[in-house]
Amino acid sequence: MRASLFITCYNDTLFPETGRAVVRLLERLGVEVEFRAGQTCCGQMHANSGFRREAFCQARRLVRMYADAEAVVIPSSSCVAMIRDQYSGLFEDLGDEPLRREFAALAPRVYELSEFLIDKLGVEDVGAAFPHRVTYHASCHGLRALELGERPFRLLGKVRGLELVRLENPDRCCGFGGTFSVKNGGVSSAMLAAKLDDVLRTKAEFCTALDNSCLMHLGGAMHRQSQGMKTIHMAQILASTEDQPAESMQ
Amino acid sequence: MSALAEHEVIDRPILDPALAPPFPVAALPLLRNTQLRGNLAHAIDVIQARRARLVEEKTDWQALRAAASQIKDEALENLGALLEQFEERCTRAGGKVHWAADAAGARKIILEILREAGVDQVIKIKTMTSAEIQLNPFLEASGVHACETDLAEIILQLGDGEPSHIVVPALHVNRGQVREIFARRMGIEHLSDDPKALTEAARNYLRQKFLTVPAAISGANFLIAETGSVVVVESEGNGRMCLTLPQTLITLAGIEKVLPRFNDLEVMLQLLARSATGERMNPYTSLWTGVTRGDGPQRFHIILLDNGRSSILARKTGRQTLRCIRCGACMNACPVYRQTGGHAYGSVYPGPIGAILTPQLEQMRHAQSLPFASSLCGACYEVCPVRINIPEVLLELRARVTDEERKGLSRFFDPMYIGLRAAHAMFSRARLFHAAQRAGRIALGFFTRRDGWIHSLPGVGAKWTVSRDLRGLPKQTFHEWWQGRTRGTREQRRYRA
Repeated sequence: MRASLFITCYNDTLFPETGRAVVRLLERLGVEVEFRAGQTCCGQMHANSGFRREAFCQARRLVRMYADAEAVVIPSSSCVAMIRDQYSGLFEDLGDEPLRREFAALAPRVYELSEFLIDKLGVEDVGAAFPHRVTYHASCHGLRALELGERPFRLLGKVRGLELVRLENPDRCCGFGGTFSVKNGGVSSAMLAAKLDDVLRTKAEFCTALDNSCLMHLGGAMHRQSQGMKTIHMAQILASTEDQPAESMQ
Repeated sequence: MSALAEHEVIDRPILDPALAPPFPVAALPLLRNTQLRGNLAHAIDVIQARRARLVEEKTDWQALRAAASQIKDEALENLGALLEQFEERCTRAGGKVHWAADAAGARKIILEILREAGVDQVIKIKTMTSAEIQLNPFLEASGVHACETDLAEIILQLGDGEPSHIVVPALHVNRGQVREIFARRMGIEHLSDDPKALTEAARNYLRQKFLTVPAAISGANFLIAETGSVVVVESEGNGRMCLTLPQTLITLAGIEKVLPRFNDLEVMLQLLARSATGERMNPYTSLWTGVTRGDGPQRFHIILLDNGRSSILARKTGRQTLRCIRCGACMNACPVYRQTGGHAYGSVYPGPIGAILTPQLEQMRHAQSLPFASSLCGACYEVCPVRINIPEVLLELRARVTDEERKGLSRFFDPMYIGLRAAHAMFSRARLFHAAQRAGRIALGFFTRRDGWIHSLPGVGAKWTVSRDLRGLPKQTFHEWWQGRTRGTREQRRYRA
């Protein structure tokens, strides 16, 4: 099995440790990982800000870049949701039928990380160890667009030493929403405060998710308030073993 | 009268899209209003819990949603023919059907009917459509007092407030505040805040209106093309009073309210009550067809209102907005609405549905900040009983706002616009993207503290650092790490060879 890693623009720039963890995890599971150097962004930021033409160009770039990939693995549920929910419409509306067909052929081979592990590789126990108290934040896109359901819990359930604490109001948004967090900074901050209350109430050491954007938001508030809790992408938990614990816990 | 003036609410929210401030600005005072946000969260939690329980017990909920959206789509597909069918059947049953292209037209028709009936007072059932056309202030200025009879609407009318929700308009007002308003405006000296006492006060106030005012105005939940009937659902029975006691009844209905068949109600009524108030069935469902001799209103007028709806009908993505049955479930589920309440939306239609409906009703001339007032979390779509993909419509509207901005000069002064255009240039070539990452690392380095975090940023960045820190950019991007790694392995291979 050969997996092509689409790291996403913000993981590449802000969270390289997540990418390193995905590589380590997949290689440990016997997957050959490749990384195509020309990759940039899936177009989500532009599509969600009303810049459809720009999003179209980035979508086209991505589809062409991975046309021959065996599987594309993306450690970000919102980027996978962008590809699945918006690409077809963009190609249809901006009139590129061959591209739409090309995308239709690629789409079934695009996986969010937990989907790839459970649906494609068929593993739940990835041999990880992470002896900490952890709570899981279901990002809105993972929850509603990808319908990841119990997948993250099945993976976390098999991690040695991990104590999982369920979050209250698990379906409530953290208030990030991309440019929403800046355009509507006040409302976004209020949503964040409400979410953070629920997260902190778990008294977990770590809050994890399958999307670093929510974690950047929650982690930023935790750091501002000097809370002891930290955020960590689930890839880093799953990559962690007794011999090699997770690196760089922010 | 001086006592009234003294109590006038300062900072009265503006629910006129043409005049209201943009959403982020309108939201600020509301975010600071802890009393309002407390009332709101409490009320929403109660409704949400009831709804969740009753939806869970319906094993065919998803099938009902699918059926409802199909029925509404079919109605929208054949809207012209169905409205004409409704007109024909309603007229045959003794009703008088009027067509209004816009708000001014509808107001004029209503006033003429009231003048002809020779009344200076009219009682009203809660109707969002009449709020949409700003009917009450218009009638007041024309010498007709419109008297609300829905309990929540009475609270708002007497308290000089504005609705913040389409189903529970006084959601933001708590019991103590209701007591204060009733005591002051009804002149009751010792009034407790016991719900029973408050209801009793409202009942006494209303009874006198019901028995004396000879004309009523209602909205409509559904119109049935097949029979020419009108359907109004409500919880209190005050609506039923308005629909049966006066001699003249005027109904104002948006053209999208029409359903093809009587049987379609079977689907719609199951969804509506559960979604709106968390009840299996709403307490009062009134159905009537034209005029019945010697029973109920003897003069029945219905105004079919367009007011921007046919322009929505013409939109490919936006059309689904017209499926809305005004249940309010989207606002109860919305994490944005939960923080601000309805007044921030600058329209009588707040919440996620308002964020897509208002700008479209305004034909994108106003309310352009509303499509951005969402984190796109999708909770609204999940609960919508007629499956309106609100996030999808929000995105389409955002694109329309951006396309408009592309034509104007303001784009040169909008840091968001400039930033996104620059980001696009970067994302089009990996080499440029990588150069920008390196430049960003240097630039943000100036703001990064010794602990590796950024605590404050200038310009647009300040809107992030208002409540959140930002981790400084790592020394190495992922692709730099990968390059180093593969170079390493190649060298190792060579070495081994």
